[in-house]
Amino acid sequence: MNLTLKVWRQKNSSSEGKMVEYKAEDVSPDMSFLEMLDVLNEKLLKKGEDPIAFDHDCREGICGMCSLFINGRPHGPGEAVTTCQLHMRSFKDGDTVFIEPFRAKGFPIIKDLVIDRGAFDRIIQAGGYVSANTGSAPDANEIPIPKDIAENAFDSAACIGCGACVAACKNASAMLFVSAKVTQLALLPQGQVERKNRVENMVAQMDEEGFGSCTNTGACSAVCPKEIPLDNIATLNREYLKAKATSDNV
Amino acid sequence: MNLDAHISEGPLAEQWSKHKFNTKLVNPANKRKYDIIVVGTGLAGASAAATLAELGYNVKAFCFQDSPRRAHSIAAQGGINAAKNYRNDGDSVFRLFYDTIKGGDYRSREANVHRLAEVSVNIIDQCVAQGVPFAREYGGYLDNRSFGGAQVSRTFYARGQTGQQLLLGAYSQMSRQVTLGKVEMFPRTEMLDLVVVDGKARGIVTRNLVTGKIEAHSGHAVLLCTGGYGNVFYLSTNAMGSNATASWRAYKKGALFANPCFTQIHPTCIPVSGDHQSKLTLMSESLRNDGRVWVPKKVGDKRHPNDIPEDERDYYLERKYPSFGNLVPRDVASRNAKMVCDEGRGVGDSGLAVYLDFRDAILRDGEDVIRAKYGNLFQMYEKITDENPYQVPMRIYPAVHYTMGGLWVDYNLMTTVPGLFALGECNFSDHGANRLGASALMQGLADGYFVIPATIGGYLADLPYDKVPLDHPEFKKTIDDVQNRLGKLLSLKGDKTVDEFHRELGNIMWEYCGMARTKEGLEKALGKIREVREDFWKNAKLIGTNGEFNITLEKAHRVADFMELGELMIMDALNRNESCGGHFREEFQTPEGEALRDDENYSYVSAWEYKGDQAAPELHKENLKFDNVKLTQRSYK
Repeated sequence: MNLTLKVWRQKNSSSEGKMVEYKAEDVSPDMSFLEMLDVLNEKLLKKGEDPIAFDHDCREGICGMCSLFINGRPHGPGEAVTTCQLHMRSFKDGDTVFIEPFRAKGFPIIKDLVIDRGAFDRIIQAGGYVSANTGSAPDANEIPIPKDIAENAFDSAACIGCGACVAACKNASAMLFVSAKVTQLALLPQGQVERKNRVENMVAQMDEEGFGSCTNTGACSAVCPKEIPLDNIATLNREYLKAKATSDNV
Repeated sequence: MNLDAHISEGPLAEQWSKHKFNTKLVNPANKRKYDIIVVGTGLAGASAAATLAELGYNVKAFCFQDSPRRAHSIAAQGGINAAKNYRNDGDSVFRLFYDTIKGGDYRSREANVHRLAEVSVNIIDQCVAQGVPFAREYGGYLDNRSFGGAQVSRTFYARGQTGQQLLLGAYSQMSRQVTLGKVEMFPRTEMLDLVVVDGKARGIVTRNLVTGKIEAHSGHAVLLCTGGYGNVFYLSTNAMGSNATASWRAYKKGALFANPCFTQIHPTCIPVSGDHQSKLTLMSESLRNDGRVWVPKKVGDKRHPNDIPEDERDYYLERKYPSFGNLVPRDVASRNAKMVCDEGRGVGDSGLAVYLDFRDAILRDGEDVIRAKYGNLFQMYEKITDENPYQVPMRIYPAVHYTMGGLWVDYNLMTTVPGLFALGECNFSDHGANRLGASALMQGLADGYFVIPATIGGYLADLPYDKVPLDHPEFKKTIDDVQNRLGKLLSLKGDKTVDEFHRELGNIMWEYCGMARTKEGLEKALGKIREVREDFWKNAKLIGTNGEFNITLEKAHRVADFMELGELMIMDALNRNESCGGHFREEFQTPEGEALRDDENYSYVSAWEYKGDQAAPELHKENLKFDNVKLTQRSYK
């Protein structure tokens, strides 16, 4: 099949960007979306043009490095997939496909479709962990955890930190990302000791990074490739309120 | 060169304790005077960075991805082994040791493997304490499953995302140390060379992938935790960015490269679908717990799999290996898949695939049970192939997955360059000629959490606190070398893209240095690879400058190193006139077609020393001694 692509091109963080049109020809439906871009990049390079920069690494939907805002939706039209797992059979001959970077104040553009998601790392650094020095752990089975709690914690822990939630949100809120980590560790016995400080510090960092507020539209959860449930945000709000009401940091 | 592994004398089970006792310590107040450079932030790198920082060392950690959490350990699916014996099924440290040595076809060091088995139990404790959500039983205790090459259930898992959860655990610990000011993180930064001063590793030269800035970093020790070199084959299950540059540059600065030909071809991957294919996707080995592998008995049987009656199916692994069945080690499973396809019994359009069938498991346990165990893997398969594996058997074929070879290290994980350490897949040390499933995660974390924190002090204790200043001539020279290399690459204005060269290299490696190798083929490959390399340095097409985000330049630098490494892999495969584990030389096989080792002549680690671009590398041998296991023909019948 043949497609028309409209791709965001931007030389670097300080220059202005614009949409540029390209033709993708003889696209096989078995190709992944990124392989379609690989083929286009090979053609551009042969013509002496700068290939389109986009982030990607594992290409199996787990590293969270790929992004792309495809036809107005983070990670494109698929349900519960990352861009690298999107296949061209989701499109039809003659389609026009718009490809943009994830856009948010907290995710500055580096080049073309590549963005800086360092803010997410800084939020985790603010408290997304259990302080457990190597060597200090008790035997693993000394901490029994009910199966349903472990499963719920896993559902939140499955977050890949891609930032689709932020890109989908009209306020560029990072609440789903933050709530996933807060929920995982609030559910588990290991997370109890630092429970209050964790949520206070992570939320403070989230605000500092310039992410917006949550207005409960649920767009984040709808596009999340790992289907992180929206009720994590309710958990985050509850955790935050409880922590603030009894905070030691006054 | 005398390759001394520095293993303490005494009984196997006491060697690690004794070694730790005999290793010099750095007192807590002095640890803050040492700077450690950690390259790569996968399981080995992140766990080492976090743990060394906890001890008080200053750590600088580097990764080429946009965040340390993206390192390719994240993609490991099935699980992590540990000799906990929570199942009461006869497991022990010695049994994990024995299975690993045997699984590696008797080409690894006894002392290293025993230490790995010993610390495996601590790894699980540590990860649980961090909040890693492992699978659990209804009573709240940890669950296990089985993996290839073992008859006990010792694999801990977190659905099909064990690597992700373990890496996020290590990443969270490292992140905590960033806040505490003990780890400085450098994402989107690639190491392009090692700085050696007076014979010791004293720093690295890096390129900032966003700005192109070339920078030097000085430290007291350098830890390479940069993973394997599977992408030499172009198509592999590795991430697109996974590369060998750090270890290859270390090799060129004097670190010996061990067993480069020991590569693992994983039996259960989704087959290639076309020329556009950029990478291959693994289907976890855990699927072989319930899936049955088969091909039609008849050659060229093109019927739909569900129309092929039971008595016309050949469950060849169950037939040939009744006691291990579908759970034979990876090398055996891969080779058998190749054999049936070579016979013309392969399935799918290309004929290069076999079935992995869950029909019987679904009938036995119900679809719900299978969905709970493997749901995400089935979903992943369906997304890629557009086929529903609950109704139609999966089609799978072997693909390059892991490299057992790597930088030679002693028992302290130190390479032949003092102060340069290699951890995880980047070193050669624990898996011999074949790695068992769920052992990569175990080794990466063992090296980072428990081994290096204990051994690095032995090196640092004798080192002065002063760092080598960045204006030292050796730093300047290394920066110049890097800049010249990048300049030379950027001057290439030919008509072939770097990917085209990479694909050519991959084809040669897969054809001649893949699942089956022959002397004749390898010799031919040597000539071909040299031609491709020559062509690359004439006709590659690069674009842009160094001072920008330049994906073509990044790739070209990596591929240039892959081409040189590929040649060394072929030389190593040619030298090893035996078959063992993942290295199968067709000339050396048993009448049943199994790998035939030659213990008398090849029971050694081959460690290659760089002698200059124009000279052949020199082979050194570390003889392997087996005092605790008896060398036998591996049998999984």
